[in-house]
Amino acid sequence: MKLLEYESKDIFRAYGIPVPPTGGVIKDAGKLPNAIKKAGKGPWVLKAQVLAGGRGKGGGVKLAKTPKDAREIAKKMVGMTLITHQTGPEGLLVKEVLVDKASDISREIYFSIVMDRKSGKPTIIASAEGGVEIEVLAKERPSAILKMPVDPDRGLEAYQGRRLAYALDIPNDRVLDFVKMATKLVKVFLDLDASLVEVNPLIITPKNELIALDAKIVTDDNALFRQESLAERRDPEITALEREAKEVGLSYIALDGNIGCMVNGAGLAMGTMDTVSLAGGSPANFLDVGGGANEEQVTRALQIILKDKKVTAVLVNIFGGIMRCDTIAKGVIAAAKKVKLKLPLIVRLEGTNVKEGKALLRKSGLAMEQADSLWEAAQKAVAAAGGAR
Amino acid sequence: MSILLNKKSRIVVQGITGSAGSFHSEQCLKYGKGIVAGATPGKGGKKHLGVPVFNTVHDAVSAEAVDASLIFVPPPFAADAMLEAADAGVKLIITITEGIPVLDMARVKKDIERRRALGQEIRLVGPNCPGVITPGEVKAGIMPGYIHKGGGPVGLVSRSGTLTYEAVWQLTQRGIGQSTVVGIGGDPIAGSTHTDILRLFEQDDATKAVVLIGEIGGSAEEEAADFYKRHMSKPVYAFIAGKTAPPGRRMGHAGAIIEGGSGGHADKIAALKQVGIHVVDNLSEIGETVARTISAAQTA
Repeated sequence: MKLLEYESKDIFRAYGIPVPPTGGVIKDAGKLPNAIKKAGKGPWVLKAQVLAGGRGKGGGVKLAKTPKDAREIAKKMVGMTLITHQTGPEGLLVKEVLVDKASDISREIYFSIVMDRKSGKPTIIASAEGGVEIEVLAKERPSAILKMPVDPDRGLEAYQGRRLAYALDIPNDRVLDFVKMATKLVKVFLDLDASLVEVNPLIITPKNELIALDAKIVTDDNALFRQESLAERRDPEITALEREAKEVGLSYIALDGNIGCMVNGAGLAMGTMDTVSLAGGSPANFLDVGGGANEEQVTRALQIILKDKKVTAVLVNIFGGIMRCDTIAKGVIAAAKKVKLKLPLIVRLEGTNVKEGKALLRKSGLAMEQADSLWEAAQKAVAAAGGAR
Repeated sequence: MSILLNKKSRIVVQGITGSAGSFHSEQCLKYGKGIVAGATPGKGGKKHLGVPVFNTVHDAVSAEAVDASLIFVPPPFAADAMLEAADAGVKLIITITEGIPVLDMARVKKDIERRRALGQEIRLVGPNCPGVITPGEVKAGIMPGYIHKGGGPVGLVSRSGTLTYEAVWQLTQRGIGQSTVVGIGGDPIAGSTHTDILRLFEQDDATKAVVLIGEIGGSAEEEAADFYKRHMSKPVYAFIAGKTAPPGRRMGHAGAIIEGGSGGHADKIAALKQVGIHVVDNLSEIGETVARTISAAQTA
């Protein structure tokens, strides 16, 4: 789950990590005068609070020199649709705007902590060339990027912090400040079960102060059971339908196509989407009904798939393992009847008791097509959905 | 021959008395021997499914000489279960549990690496995986046993459960048996990587070819390609799921996510093809592709 900039900065502030003086977030432009008063003397920076990078280029970060400028910017920004390279062409609605006191910048540094999958260690990624897109820098000039693995139990050691500080050319009288700041950022990462803590940029002001000018935290959903403050938070990135699916134990992600897919297992679900696409069609969703795939789960899954009005055909691909195909067939029949399915249904069953399962489907009287292989199922689904795209 | 497990393996199930642990242990015992003990704190001294249950893994090791552990413990307690098995000297730990915090896995991995550096023989497979099966001999996991065919020339290594079943079934239907099938799991930090398992298959006499199943996210497949280029003589067939997955979304598996422009499908395919691994584009053609080249090799 991704946290917004102001949520991340609130956490930084609680850990004693320096962030700019703030007026807080506003949800309507009328609240602006209070916010700039709270932030202190201008100029101010108004920042759209959306979960996407590249906000500056998209017009989501603006400097205001006077209260009048700030009012005009706030009016435009609250309620705007912000399009960046990360949002897709539809953009994101800006509901909240953060009002911070502007900072003078003499240098920008990139600093983040990620979980490195290969080494299995939290790893600091830093560069003296901040304020850039780190992915671009990593491709073009990998030598400009420093990597430092951190012990997952002990956090950052002081000597590691000093090495980083010297490598980043932090002013001599601020090395200890930097070590403190980096240590606290690593502590945030470990305490929150984060998968990413990013400060881009971490700035050095003309007075040699170090400040986290931006903040981004992504947390690990698997750890929500021990992160009470995060567990109550609603993930703003998932759609209402995705949330509904999650609540009943289904893993569902909406896509752009028209062939609804119901599959057991995440890998096979992805493989099924790929096969539909290879057959010339376009999957409407990723859906993993889980290992159980009983009548109740299949019914819920069908209901969720059918709430997407783009869907013109449904493909069910279940590999019956421990759960036998005849049991799954009964579930599919009952679910199709319960939801009064009108759309073309293509079912591919494989695995334990597959003959019995297929016979039950044939005798059910439901209008459906069966397929012996996934490839055949995908081709039939594409034809039923109105042909290749 | 096989890798990781054979009919001499002695397995303890951690969490044998829980609902998932109990159900799947029973299925494993029906498939073949292997499970000789269970471990559940507070249930020591009892018998479950005909095997003795111990309070600790250490007790199971000293009483039953177990050398492998199969873990069905719920996510909040799974890391502790792995550390316990490691401390008890278990050589192979297979963790089925899904949903373990990534930071817990970082801590477990650190402990295992420390033990290895001290000379302890230890290997973790999983978490979030279907387990390991050496068909015809022993099953330690949640995979359906009957879809496999024993004594065959093909080893499988995969990040996904049902996708593996699909590939195994395609092989079995064409009469091609499997040496060992290893699910390494769909989490970002895995105990064993594709590369670790490829190394074992390369050394195993019974394995003549390997099917590698990967998915988007991370760089494990790229590293496997590099290993293949440097160290492998046996043919490898690969399928990578997730060509149609949108960036930035977790596709069910915690590890299946395209982040910051890396972990994408095209890069993985390119890396595999470049070193000469046979990449199968159509999931339905894995069995056929392997069958075709194996029979061609036999007639040649």
